[in-house]
Amino acid sequence: MSKFGKLITDGLVKNNPTFVLLLGMCPTLATTTSAINGLSMGLATLFVLVLSNMAISAIAPVVPDKVHIPVYIVVIATFVTLLQLLMQAYTPAMYETLGLFIPLIVVNCIVLGRAEAFANKHGVLESACDGLGVGIGFTCALTVLGLVREILGSGSVFGWNFIGGNDGMLAFVMAPGAFLCLGYLMVLFNKFLKKD
Amino acid sequence: MAAKSNLLNMVVVLGVTCLVCSGVLAGAYALTKDPIDAAAAEKTNQAIGEVLPHFTETSYEAVDLEGKTYHYYKATEGDKLIGYAVESSVVGFGGPLSLMVGVTADGVVYNTSVLSHSETPGLGAKCTTDAKFISQWKGFNPAEKKLAVKKDGGDVDAITASTITSRAYTAAVANALAVVKLLGGEAADAVSGASTQAENMEEPGNE
Amino acid sequence: MEYFLIIISAIFVNNIVLAQFLGICPFIGVSNKLSTASGMSMAVCFVITLATLVTWLINQYLLVPFQLEFLQTIAFILVIAALVQMVEIVLKKVSPALYQALGIFLPLITTNCAVLGVAMTVVTKEFTFGGEAHLLNLGESLVYAFATSLGYGLAMVIFAGIREHLALNDVPKAFKGVPIALVSVGILAMAFMGFSGMVK
Repeated sequence: MSKFGKLITDGLVKNNPTFVLLLGMCPTLATTTSAINGLSMGLATLFVLVLSNMAISAIAPVVPDKVHIPVYIVVIATFVTLLQLLMQAYTPAMYETLGLFIPLIVVNCIVLGRAEAFANKHGVLESACDGLGVGIGFTCALTVLGLVREILGSGSVFGWNFIGGNDGMLAFVMAPGAFLCLGYLMVLFNKFLKKD
Repeated sequence: MAAKSNLLNMVVVLGVTCLVCSGVLAGAYALTKDPIDAAAAEKTNQAIGEVLPHFTETSYEAVDLEGKTYHYYKATEGDKLIGYAVESSVVGFGGPLSLMVGVTADGVVYNTSVLSHSETPGLGAKCTTDAKFISQWKGFNPAEKKLAVKKDGGDVDAITASTITSRAYTAAVANALAVVKLLGGEAADAVSGASTQAENMEEPGNE
Repeated sequence: MEYFLIIISAIFVNNIVLAQFLGICPFIGVSNKLSTASGMSMAVCFVITLATLVTWLINQYLLVPFQLEFLQTIAFILVIAALVQMVEIVLKKVSPALYQALGIFLPLITTNCAVLGVAMTVVTKEFTFGGEAHLLNLGESLVYAFATSLGYGLAMVIFAGIREHLALNDVPKAFKGVPIALVSVGILAMAFMGFSGMVK
C-alpha cells in the first residue's frame, strides 16, 4: 500500500479518533440523533481537519515554538468560521440542526491534536492525507452511531421510516441513549476490530 | 520543525497570522453575506407561502397587543387582502416555540408552520412531523371549534404524550388569531363568532 | 425568582454534561478519583464564570456595535486561551495554595468545550426564563454560567463516586475503562432526565 493510502486507512481503524483515541466526544454524542446529522457533523469536521492540517503544516517551519498553540488555534478558528459562513449560506437547515457544535469544532481535541501530533512535523500533502483519514474515521464513527440511534430511537434509516409511525425507543434519541450506544459500540469495536 | 522563539519573531508571526486570518474572514463574510441573507429570506418566504393561499405581495408590519410586539406579513393580491402571516412566539416545553400562523381574511387559520423550537426530540418535536396534529390546523375555524386541547375541554387533538407542547402550540395560534382580530375587518367578527357569515364559509383548507 | 429558575435549570434540567453534552472529554478523563474530579470542577467553575463575563462584554460592546458577530468563534477562543494563561500566572503569584489545587487542570481547560460552549450559548441562545424569550443580560449570563459550572461539578463528583466503586468491580475485558464508564453515564443521564420540563 502506498504511503498516502496507509495514512488514510490508519485513521479508520488503528487511529480511529472516536473508538480508539477517545477524542471529540462532545459532538460525537450530541449530534448523532440521526444518521444524516452524524454524517453532516463528520463531514464538517473533516473539512476543518483537512484544511487546518494543510495550512498548519505549511506554516509550521516559521512559527516560533512558544506561540505555536495560539497560532494554530487562530488558524483552526478561521477555518471553522469559514465553515460557519458557508453552511449558513448554503445549508441553513443543517446549520441550525447542528447549532452550537459547529463553532465548537474549534475546541474539538481531534483538530488541535492532529496539528500537534502530525501536521507540524510533516509535509502539506501528507498532512492532508492524515486529515482525510482521521476525518473519514470520525465521520464513519458518527454515522454508525447516528444510524444505530436512529434505528432504535425513531425506527428509521437515513430518514426512511421502516416501522410505520414514529414510535421508536425515545431514550435512544435523547441524552442517555447517546452514552449507552457509544459505550456498547466501543465494546464491539474493542472485541472485534482492535488488535492488541 | 518549529523555529526558535525570540520576541521579534513571536510578535511578527502572531501579528501576521491574525491579520491574514481576519482578512480571509472579512473577505469570506463579504462574499457569503448575500447568500446568507437570501437563505434567511427564502426561509421566511417559504413559511409564508406554506401558511397562506396564493398571494402576489407581502408587507412586513408590526403591532402591539397586550404589551407584546407581534410582527406579521400582510399578504395581498392586487387590492384584495388575502390574509395575514403572523409570527407568534410562546414558551414551549424546552424553550421558545415560534410559529408562523396564516390567517385568511375571513379569520380562519389557513395553515401553520414551525419557525423554530427546542422541544424534546421524539416527543414535543413531533409538532413539526406529526401529520395528524399538523393537519388539524388547516382550515381551523375558531368560530366553530374551541381553541384548546381536548384535555382542557377544547377541540385540539394533542400530540401523544406532549400535552405541554400542544398547549403552547395552541396558545401561539390563539395569539396570532388575537392579533388578526386586533387588525380588524371581517376577521374580528369571525374570531368572536359573532358573524353568521363565518358559518357559511367553505373550509379554505380543502383548496 | 428568575435567577432561581436559571439556577435550577442550569444545574439539573439542562445539566451541561448529561443533557447538553459539553465538556465530556475532561468529564471522562479526570473522573477516576473524587479528589481530581472536584479540583477540575472548581477550576472549570472559576474559568467559565470569568470567561463568560469577559466574552459577554466583548460581544456586547465590540462585536455587536461593529456588526462583527461572525468573528464570535475566533474572538472568544482567543480570549479564553489568553484568560486561562493569565489566570494561571496570576494565581501562581497571588495564591500559591489555590494554584497548587487548580494549577494542573488549568492548561486543560482551554480545549474544554464547556467554556466556549457556555460563552457562545449566552450570547446566541434565547431563553424563556420569566416568560418572554430573550437574550440574557449580563447578570443573568453570569448566574447562568456559574450555575452551569456547578452542574458540571455536580455531575463530575457524582460520576467520580460511581467510578471509584466501579474500579473495584470485575467487568468483562471489552467493557474495561471507557465503555463501562459511558454506560454508567448513560444510566446517570437517565436519572437526570426525570428533571426535564421542570423549568423551561
